[in-house]
Amino acid sequence: MTSLLRSRVVLVWLLLVAATVVSLALGSSHGVEGDAVEAATVAVLAVAFVKVRYVGLEFMELRHAAPPLRIAFEAWIALVGAAVVGTYLLA
Amino acid sequence: MRPFPIFLEPPGGTTAAPSGAAAAAAQPTAPRPRAGQRGWVPGEPGLWVFLLGDMTMFGVFFVAFLVQRGEDPATFAHSREALTVAVGAINTVVLLTSSLLVALAVRAHRDGARERSRGLVAGAAACGALFAVIKVAEWATKLADGHHPDSDLFFTYYYLLTGVHFLHVLIGGCVLTFWLRRLGRAPRAGEERVVEGCASYWHMVDLLWVVLFPVLYLSAT
Repeated sequence: MTSLLRSRVVLVWLLLVAATVVSLALGSSHGVEGDAVEAATVAVLAVAFVKVRYVGLEFMELRHAAPPLRIAFEAWIALVGAAVVGTYLLA
Repeated sequence: MRPFPIFLEPPGGTTAAPSGAAAAAAQPTAPRPRAGQRGWVPGEPGLWVFLLGDMTMFGVFFVAFLVQRGEDPATFAHSREALTVAVGAINTVVLLTSSLLVALAVRAHRDGARERSRGLVAGAAACGALFAVIKVAEWATKLADGHHPDSDLFFTYYYLLTGVHFLHVLIGGCVLTFWLRRLGRAPRAGEERVVEGCASYWHMVDLLWVVLFPVLYLSAT
């Protein structure tokens, strides 16, 4: 059981690192302009909040935490994520 | 009638136990729920009020930065080009790795593998130190290139956001040091809760950087 948990957090870490590399490639892509840059940036920001969710659920072990705590954490992601992406697009 | 029964119950007490759970109700000092059990909270509930509050403060900073970017996109795009995106990405991987080591340390602690846990926390602290060295080197390079906090609003935010986050890294370093010292002594009752609290703080330091990196390094194009 514990070795399973361990391999699970290692797998999550691998996915988080992979997502960071993809974000780096998307974010520093040259030669694209206008809407493509905007779409790439929105994707990078969205990926960041998905990463945060996995840091919370797996590393902080909030997946099976008391519902008020898990709901508060997920609400933070939803609200701050929407505010960040929304401000990026509209401001 | 019992006045203020909430003060008489242990944290996560049995007041809400369903009537059928006679066995649980007969145990007024039931141990707190363990990891993964119903009603479980890593560390202390009060810590989470602080962590979520801190995270919300950063959320306001992120939005404020993006609002300012909307007012002057040309300056923000130009100044952002002075940042090396790869440095921010490397620091993200460094903190993600430290977070993994901390998560593994908590699990090793529960298994009673104290020495293993100690090595993992020391590894996480080393990653934290590496992050700090890279960050200071980045600041030094930017300052040498003539990018100061008062150069423009982008750099004001850059130094402010990375600076406040750096403060969290330093506090996190103290938390990890405290944890290491604790592991060097004999086990104590309630230690798992303290360990979870330390781990949660460090994960938050990682989590904030995970958002800070794309907002600061990638969104101002």
